Amino acid sequence: VCIHRVRSCSSIRFIKSKYVCVFDKSALKFSHQQRLFRTSAVSCGQIVQFKLSDIGEGITEVTVKEWYIKEGDSVSQFDSICEVQSDKASVTITSRYDGIIRKLHYNLDEIAYVGKPLVDIEIDASKGVAPEEDVVETPPMSHEEHTHQEIKGHKTLATPAVRRLAMENNIKLSEVVGTGKDNRILKEDILNYLAKQTGAILPPSPKPEIIPPLPKSETVPAAPKDKARKVPVPVSRPIVFSGKDKTEPITGFHKAMVKTMSAALKIPHFGYCDEIDLTQLVQLREELKPLAQIRGVKLSFMPFFIKAASLGLLQYPILNASLDESCQNVTYKASHNIGVAMDTEQGLIVPNVKNVQVCSVFEIASELNRLQSLGSAGQLGTNDLTGGTFTLSNIGTIGGTYAKPVILPPEVAIGALGKIQVLPRFNGKGEVFKAQIMNVSWSADHRIIDGATMARFSNLWKSYLENPASMLLDLK
Amino acid sequence: MVLRSSLKSCLQLACTLRTPKAGFRSTASGGLIIQSVSNDVYQNLAVEDWIHDHMNLENRQVLFLWRNSPAVVIGRHQNPWQECNLRLMRQKNIKLARRRSGGGTVYHDLGNINLTFFTNRKKYERMENLKLVVKALKALRPQLDVHVTDRYDILLDRQYKISGTAAKLGRTVAYHHCTLLCNTDKHVLSSVLKSPYKGLKSNATPSVPASVKNLLEEDHGLTCEMLLDAIAEEYAAQHQIDHHITLVNPADETVLPGINNKTEELQTWEWVYGKTPKFSVSTCFNMVCQDSILDVKVDMDVKHGRIEACNIDLPEQWLPPALCNELVKSLTGSKFCPNETTTLTTTLLKLCPQDDELHSRWNLLCKNMVTLM
Repeated sequence: VCIHRVRSCSSIRFIKSKYVCVFDKSALKFSHQQRLFRTSAVSCGQIVQFKLSDIGEGITEVTVKEWYIKEGDSVSQFDSICEVQSDKASVTITSRYDGIIRKLHYNLDEIAYVGKPLVDIEIDASKGVAPEEDVVETPPMSHEEHTHQEIKGHKTLATPAVRRLAMENNIKLSEVVGTGKDNRILKEDILNYLAKQTGAILPPSPKPEIIPPLPKSETVPAAPKDKARKVPVPVSRPIVFSGKDKTEPITGFHKAMVKTMSAALKIPHFGYCDEIDLTQLVQLREELKPLAQIRGVKLSFMPFFIKAASLGLLQYPILNASLDESCQNVTYKASHNIGVAMDTEQGLIVPNVKNVQVCSVFEIASELNRLQSLGSAGQLGTNDLTGGTFTLSNIGTIGGTYAKPVILPPEVAIGALGKIQVLPRFNGKGEVFKAQIMNVSWSADHRIIDGATMARFSNLWKSYLENPASMLLDLK
Repeated sequence: MVLRSSLKSCLQLACTLRTPKAGFRSTASGGLIIQSVSNDVYQNLAVEDWIHDHMNLENRQVLFLWRNSPAVVIGRHQNPWQECNLRLMRQKNIKLARRRSGGGTVYHDLGNINLTFFTNRKKYERMENLKLVVKALKALRPQLDVHVTDRYDILLDRQYKISGTAAKLGRTVAYHHCTLLCNTDKHVLSSVLKSPYKGLKSNATPSVPASVKNLLEEDHGLTCEMLLDAIAEEYAAQHQIDHHITLVNPADETVLPGINNKTEELQTWEWVYGKTPKFSVSTCFNMVCQDSILDVKVDMDVKHGRIEACNIDLPEQWLPPALCNELVKSLTGSKFCPNETTTLTTTLLKLCPQDDELHSRWNLLCKNMVTLM
């Protein structure tokens, strides 16, 4: 394997002092040349050409497939710079230096050559040019001895900045536990090591730290206080939070929700809530569950809620209607296509069960199973997602009692079902019994629906569910 | 005979992993053979990532043996729409995974075995690995006509591809993995690796199709287990280590700390689809609407798996222009994905006037748009 050595003098280009070296772009706006902010750590850096090192197997050229950095980004040694491909092999090229990327020599899909410059990196001049060889693979050169410390046959990895920090504080890298990638020693590791030595309390770091407990005083009451005892004095430092706000565009599912809900704003909503005693329904479902199971269908409460809603809509068809754009006409929909709100990984979707008015409870359950499995696989089709006329949202499976659901245009009503709770209630004889109580919260379009209609619909729906046998009378 | 150790030695290995720099301790220096107990493609790819990131391979090499339940695996820089029939895969519940190594697309099922050779970067040598496999096959069945080509494929009878290769080189570690067809369902393989999507233009690495054959067809007595054993035995002999295969559970955080994060990452949409190099779609389709056939031309630019720019050419006034604009605006920025497109288009439909004619036209257009994805 050839090692390309760079001759220091030919590759260093010193930046003329008239260009501002500080990474503050606004400084460039000044037309007159001015020496601006110069901290002690930053000085005009030198540009080093980082060449593409040998890939192996005699390969001389590769295709650049992805850049992980762009011009102006700062990189640390060992950070990934780009991904190149050669003949079925994908290679991650990592940086040899700490510095700022000043130039990318290739665009995506261009051919890059081994031994030729890949990127230009501006490094701190005071650190000098690091050797071209990869830190881990080659033996240390004499003047670089301090950059490699061998511990039990493993070389310690640390960037030059970290090594300087260790040197300045007389710390042996072999005594520091590295927490970075490949057990690399990071700046925080040096600071932690220092803190343990001096007992000072450091500002909170992202990783949880174990601060040694203060020594307990076990003095006998009569004994005099030990003034010489050393107690670490907490140093108050400003709490540093390095989190940043993150802005991203709204797309996909969220975009759909924005559109739907913005349109819903135009609808004047009113709410109506009630509680339903599902004690009898719970028992009925327990009896019917195994029968449905035999037929290969999972039976939840929803099919009953949906069927009862459809029976109610037969009496109050205005709740299954649609108001046109100009609010001139109301269309009473013949089909009861009842939507069921579903929470998927990507967000909220509302597929609907078509023609509930002619479906049995079992058929509704079967259809729900189909929609649920398609929904979680992300494979619901247009047909399942359009044509809804009325919606139920069973938020109770997640939790909650009362809600304030938002109507999904072009519908005019929606119901949100809370969780089923076991609560004490009084029966006809004035005795307390255990009741299975669920709350329902309806919202309706007050332009065409009035409170009385909603209340009567809700009462009818409630009566079907509280006394499931009564559904038999009206089932079609 | 190769001995298989189980959980006990896994636990033994776990004890040596107390130091931050985790490393499996082999019984002798030089090599280690491990086999996954999982058939989940994402978990197994995550094991490769884990070994690449965490193991010290300066003085040791590792052979990793794994098999997956039905999945299509594309190379790092490939375009899944170009390479496979995503629609069919969704129907048949065949997973799609993107690996970190380069190369082309392959179909995995339990009749295919995967071998990964881990070495340090300097000892990366694919030809040697493949010759080892051929040697193992010949030791098992001397009459097999198998040889390695200069494209790093293994051919049976000089014409059928039974193994494809890919590799990943990192800063200090390299791995070379290859497949070996023992008893794969060739019918599913060919139907799933045929892309129905037209009009795609991209710089993604294309796959080179090849005729394939199963080793089982050549010799009915062979099984995947026999092949795995033979290869492990040859590896053990060449590296002068014990015939000892250690079983590894890719879900076990105690043995492989951090592995579940890697498995999760490999399943994200951003990795599987989002890493597709920029491509454009330029195609047209016919729609039959009330006894007339309409031509629709669609142009889209897709970057990071999302639609960057979109243009739909429809017959004049077939749909209200405002609605068309809404469609284009909604699609721009959203994922090139049927699920997301369906959600957006159905939402838009609900918000426009309740006209049956309009609805049926809209549905027709959107259904066709979704078939492009």
